[in-house]
Amino acid sequence: MQKREVRNQQIGRYGEDAVALYLANRGAEVIDRNWRIKEGEIDIVARNQSGLFLFVEVKTRSSLAFGHPLESITPQKAGRLQRLALAWLATHRALGCEYRIDCAAVLLHINSEPQIDYRAGVL
Amino acid sequence: MSVAQVKAISLLGLVGEVVLVESDISDGLPSYSLLGLPDAALNESRDRVRAAIVNSELNWPNRKVVVSLSPAWLPKSGSSFDLPIALSLLSAQGAIPEEGLQETIFIGELALDGSIRSIRGVLPILIAASRAGIKRAVIPSANIEESSLLTGINSIGMSHLRDVVEWLRNGAPDVARTNVSESKFTHENQADFADVAGQKSARFAAEISAVGGHHLLMIGAPGAGKTMIAQRLPSILPELSTDAAIEVSAMHSIAGGFAQRSPLSLLPPFVAPHHSATRVAIVGGGANVIRPGACSLAHNGVLFIDEAPECDAGILDSLRQPLESGNISISRSIGTVIFPAQFLLVLAANPCPCGKFLGRGRNCTCSSLQVRRYLAKLSGPLMDRIDLKIEVDSISRSEFSAMQSGEASSQIRARVIAARARAAERFAEYSWKLNSQIPSQALRRDFAPERSALNFLHDELDRERITARGLHKIIRVAWSIADLRGGKVPTLEDVQLAHSMREKGRAI
Repeated sequence: MQKREVRNQQIGRYGEDAVALYLANRGAEVIDRNWRIKEGEIDIVARNQSGLFLFVEVKTRSSLAFGHPLESITPQKAGRLQRLALAWLATHRALGCEYRIDCAAVLLHINSEPQIDYRAGVL
Repeated sequence: MSVAQVKAISLLGLVGEVVLVESDISDGLPSYSLLGLPDAALNESRDRVRAAIVNSELNWPNRKVVVSLSPAWLPKSGSSFDLPIALSLLSAQGAIPEEGLQETIFIGELALDGSIRSIRGVLPILIAASRAGIKRAVIPSANIEESSLLTGINSIGMSHLRDVVEWLRNGAPDVARTNVSESKFTHENQADFADVAGQKSARFAAEISAVGGHHLLMIGAPGAGKTMIAQRLPSILPELSTDAAIEVSAMHSIAGGFAQRSPLSLLPPFVAPHHSATRVAIVGGGANVIRPGACSLAHNGVLFIDEAPECDAGILDSLRQPLESGNISISRSIGTVIFPAQFLLVLAANPCPCGKFLGRGRNCTCSSLQVRRYLAKLSGPLMDRIDLKIEVDSISRSEFSAMQSGEASSQIRARVIAARARAAERFAEYSWKLNSQIPSQALRRDFAPERSALNFLHDELDRERITARGLHKIIRVAWSIADLRGGKVPTLEDVQLAHSMREKGRAI
């Protein structure tokens, strides 16, 4: 595996950890992480205090040189998030439960805390 | 999250409507949608506006952006909405105060670096804004000259998005009218009748044409000077009034022709389309943006068509409607537009395909059928609307070698202005201003020529040498001749002269 890919995976992992912590700090319970099926992966599944399932896509960047992190979520990708969420609910016999799809942009800084831009209910 | 409104103007033809540019920025994935029937150029505004905002060191909202141009049913086109869209986005983010955006319209295309580029149609946009009761406009500084003819609206020229933002943050103070050079373009440095050697009768016909607004046909050999005379016709027409000049400049502004014509010019326009011009080029048209054609660009001025019989069939006849009504109505799927088109039509033609069938026509190499067919391309109904038909002879050796320069345009113009003033006095209580515009009933009732002149015309009518319409036309031209002479009423002599000038072309 190339060096750069390893680094990107580490960055991604780090961003997801940061968002999981962010959610936990706000009283949501993280139920699942990196749930993967053939079609793709859900970064974080959480349940907030009112029992709503949250499916969170995390985008992490170490600079804004390539634009805002959330700009990389195309309409196709958004559609896939929707299908993955339903697949997760079906797998866990929770179809029909209220759920929401969120996105979080994480911008890493060298000497300070990562900056999290959390957008609820993007679809 | 937040909503903002900025005013702009959408043009259809010369008519503008106030458009509200509304932006809503909400949470969600970054996206941008532009609503309200934008055309292709307008849809591309997204990338221009974004680059301009970012390169002006302002913040682009990485959120869900919806820009709506209302009223939504009105199709909108062009790049003039770039600036209002950018400002409405900045205002929705709270980057600029809302107060300065009220009661002001903003127009301008944005370059990628944030500078504001000139657009077409600034003058009609400002007229529309002013009619809608808007007192202030921010326009591209490159277009500021166009605004200087207008007094009802305070136009502020801006050259960069940053300047506009700065101005709004400073409370949008009123800016003193940008000073534009006061020198309005007049008749100086124009082609002058002094350059025309000889051609006494053609000069006289041009003068009458200028006095009464009579359409003119010149038939003559190649090189006789038809084009020279036509080009000099604007130089003997009176200067345009400010209102007329605004009308003309507005038309040239939407056609995008300011390179050739200064917006401040008081000169009557001179438009000379080539005889290969299409019908749309002559009368105006276009699918998404309806543009004026040559006949509207020549409004309040001269439309000159050289080699008129060479025009495609129907092109000249498409001028019949504007000749009759003084405007042209163009209908397309996006709407119907009416452009004014009151022009002085000047046609030039050779007498035959080889151009030598003049006098006894000895050197002419055309067959008689060719000769007949050539001028027959100028249709009867069109010819009927042309009051002056004259032959332009090749100038003789004595005229040429005399080298005495002819009378200068300024002298002729002084006579034309005096004659028009006499006509205007006579028409004070009527709705028309020129002799060519006198309606037929009024011509019989109030503006009949002398008894003897009328008898002469009735004789001609009896002999079927002229038609009833022809009779009226002759009297109108006779009035112009009388005005030029300073006479109170057209005499037999005036009418005979008018008669010979009208009917001559047919004798060929």
